[in-house]
Amino acid sequence: MDVRKKLEILADAAKYDASCSSSGGKRKAGKEGLGSVEGMGICHSYTPDGRCVSLLKILLTNFCIYDCQYCINRISSDTARARFTPAEVVQLTLDFYKRNYIEGLFLSSGVIKSPDYTMEQLIQVTRTLREVHGFQGYIHLKAVPGASRELIDKAGRYADRLSANIELPTDSDLKRLAPEKSFAVTGGTMKEISTRVEQSKAERMESPKAPKFAPAGQSTQMIVGATPTPDAAILDTASRLYTRFKLRRVYYSAYSPIPLVDARLPAKSPPLVREHRLYQADWLLRFYGFRVDELAPPEQPDLSLEMDPKLAWALRRREAFPMDVNRAPREALLRVPGMGVRTVDRLIRIRRWHRITLADLARLRVPLTRMKPFIVTADHRPTGLIDSPRLAERVTPPATQLSLFTSAQEALTGEL
Amino acid sequence: MRVEVGPDLDSFRVAARGLLARGVSPDQVLFTEEGLGQGSLLAPDVVPASAPVAGLSVPPAFLELAQKVACHRSPERWGLLYRVLWRLTRGERKLLEVESDADVYRVLTLAKGVQRDAHKMKAFVRFRRVEREGEESFIAWHRPEHLIVRYVAPFFARRFPSMRWSILTPDASVTWDLEQLTYGPGVPRSHAPDGDALEEMWGTYYASTFNPARLNVRAMRAEMPKKHWATLPEARLIPELVRQAPERTSRMVSPKLELSEAGRFLPEHRDLASLAQAAQGCRACPLHERATRTVFGEGPAGARLMIVGEQPGDQEDRVGRPFVGPAGQLLDKVLAGVGLERGQLYLTNAVKHFGWVAGEEKQRLHAKPGRQEVLACKAWLDAEVAQVRPKMILCLGATAAQSFLGPGFRINLSRGQIFDTPWAKAWMATFHPSALLRMPDERARAQARVHFEEDLRRVAGTLRALG
Ligand code: SF4
Ligand code: SF4
Repeated sequence: MDVRKKLEILADAAKYDASCSSSGGKRKAGKEGLGSVEGMGICHSYTPDGRCVSLLKILLTNFCIYDCQYCINRISSDTARARFTPAEVVQLTLDFYKRNYIEGLFLSSGVIKSPDYTMEQLIQVTRTLREVHGFQGYIHLKAVPGASRELIDKAGRYADRLSANIELPTDSDLKRLAPEKSFAVTGGTMKEISTRVEQSKAERMESPKAPKFAPAGQSTQMIVGATPTPDAAILDTASRLYTRFKLRRVYYSAYSPIPLVDARLPAKSPPLVREHRLYQADWLLRFYGFRVDELAPPEQPDLSLEMDPKLAWALRRREAFPMDVNRAPREALLRVPGMGVRTVDRLIRIRRWHRITLADLARLRVPLTRMKPFIVTADHRPTGLIDSPRLAERVTPPATQLSLFTSAQEALTGEL
Repeated sequence: MRVEVGPDLDSFRVAARGLLARGVSPDQVLFTEEGLGQGSLLAPDVVPASAPVAGLSVPPAFLELAQKVACHRSPERWGLLYRVLWRLTRGERKLLEVESDADVYRVLTLAKGVQRDAHKMKAFVRFRRVEREGEESFIAWHRPEHLIVRYVAPFFARRFPSMRWSILTPDASVTWDLEQLTYGPGVPRSHAPDGDALEEMWGTYYASTFNPARLNVRAMRAEMPKKHWATLPEARLIPELVRQAPERTSRMVSPKLELSEAGRFLPEHRDLASLAQAAQGCRACPLHERATRTVFGEGPAGARLMIVGEQPGDQEDRVGRPFVGPAGQLLDKVLAGVGLERGQLYLTNAVKHFGWVAGEEKQRLHAKPGRQEVLACKAWLDAEVAQVRPKMILCLGATAAQSFLGPGFRINLSRGQIFDTPWAKAWMATFHPSALLRMPDERARAQARVHFEEDLRRVAGTLRALG
């Protein structure tokens, strides 16, 4: 099989993995080398699904000995199979990089023979890139859950980021759809990575020459909508992962129907709005001081699809409003619907110099109509709005245009 | 007064220093772009150079902003910068912190525009490889919105130190010769190479990594404005990918149903008796030619458990009833052991005719049905499920399971798990009892027997739980 055909199969097989951004870390090539990583990642292109192409995201092979039901590469799927040699992946990465098509490589693989064998193959690609070609572009490597400590150790020396995929939000979901996987094994691998990351940070404090270990940290992916598990459980798992393993990111991937799918899984278009809400909630957990049970309380364990989770929270907790933008502390301001971290920090700077008015807010380009019922400024105080039964209607932005239907419309009209 | 500056920040700094030293307020100056011929008959005023004014320092944040703003195409930029500079040095030292101030806001907006354009240049430059006299170099043509070539070029030098490369734009060009950056004048697109052999490979990657089930053209366009498409080789593929997306998605959402050949023998009335009767005449696949008769399923409509085997065997073929041979007897025994009564179940096979090959001494040896036959016979099985409407389906063996879930299903991997399927709330597959009789290795056989009994106990438990 020629490389182009393999690329077609092995890129297609990797497209269901959402974690492909390239931010974090710092690398610079020597005179003979190639590539750099400078903090913020760069998206080199966008596909018509609106997602960024930043890395060459491929599988080394889509042969897999496991039978995860949501996955097109499972052993029982009769999809076309292919396998790259490590040398082919190295060449493709260099060729694409030199033309500025990509920021680096995201390499994953079906599990062949054993987790260790698979991990060794992945490591061989990265070692060749780094040591033979002086490649300093970004590398995201999949850590195969259950791979041995020595191999994880090696992988982290070459990769900028490692990720072991948790795949499904609960252990019983895994039992049901991915019988060979478990939280215990994946968690063990995550623990190993986070310990090594911490260790290497400590070493580099002592001596800046100490080798880096996965400087962009670790991430994971969770598939959403393949099982009936509610958002509260998903966010719970995510927040536990953030605290226990210091993950940089949890990626949520709406379960996407895969061709020739198993009849046990929902054969419908991916729940994109739900995925979007989970990202918003995840953000609120990490940067806005929210707790899971505030966003998805037991009596309402699923996030609202109609409005963003912060707005939904504010409507449940109206007694906390209106909030005075000239007085409220940072943590409180962060909870006002429509206020982002940047806006809040700007307001705090500005209010040292003068009292904030609606005009200030307008110039900062905030969604003012949505925000007004919840705030007090020097020249504005909402009157009774907060108690109005029609408040939700007033402040909910028109339905997000994420449905498959609207996109299909675009396809029909050909409007680009 | 009129002052000429540009195109770079340095000339502005010199002029501004002189103006500040002389106390010229912003509304007294008109900045014009050097060499742009503003149509004025008056010669520009010359600001005498001035040494740095004592005590006149500006925050470093301003210089950083000014670097970016200077790259902007907007003619207002010099006047704006001077106004902010004036205010910073006349008592408003913290001005830049007031981001809602009209001047600050404008400066930030311009800087953001440049920043964004620079980011897009880093992203959307596409090098094409050319070889001249055995020497390899990479050339790109790009059309930035602002005058950012000098601002961005060092980034490319850091990224591609070991490559000879040039980036050509309509306003300026830059070349890296492995040692240093050299800037030159703008160049028309026709000076750039046409293509690169690797672009087809890149297109292949781009098309394969797109997931049609997530089509979202609006999001794509927001991030990759159409004005850049002309220089992106992959953009040529977009219209076709978008056009095909709904069809590809619907193929993913509803996998193509393969028509079952037996469908044309289905009777008008679909009650179990009529079905059994009609099946006797089925000629949908060659299996009927060698078999004695059709062995249809048996049991009451409304049975809560449906058991599906592979295919009738020698004895079933003679008697005309399913599960009467040695495997059937083993099944009966285990069923009774877990408290399930055969009379209340519906038993059938995925394939309704006995398939065999002649052995020695005129034996009829069972021949496993192929995918073709299973598919041909599926219409009968589906009709039975529709009539019986079981709460649970138990498949015995891979053939039966694959008849429902497709050819990829593996017994070893998914045996004993309960799944929710379109055919029944609970669905399970386990070994076929004849496999338990035939396994050559004694230990494996005993082991399989244990699993088999365990699975059936689980079936009984599930049925109780389903109420
Ligand atoms: S182990 Fe990975 S590649 Fe293999 S089936 Fe499971 S999810 Fe797919
Ligand atoms: S095996 Fe099934 S499809 Fe084939 S002839 Fe018999 S009843 Fe018809």
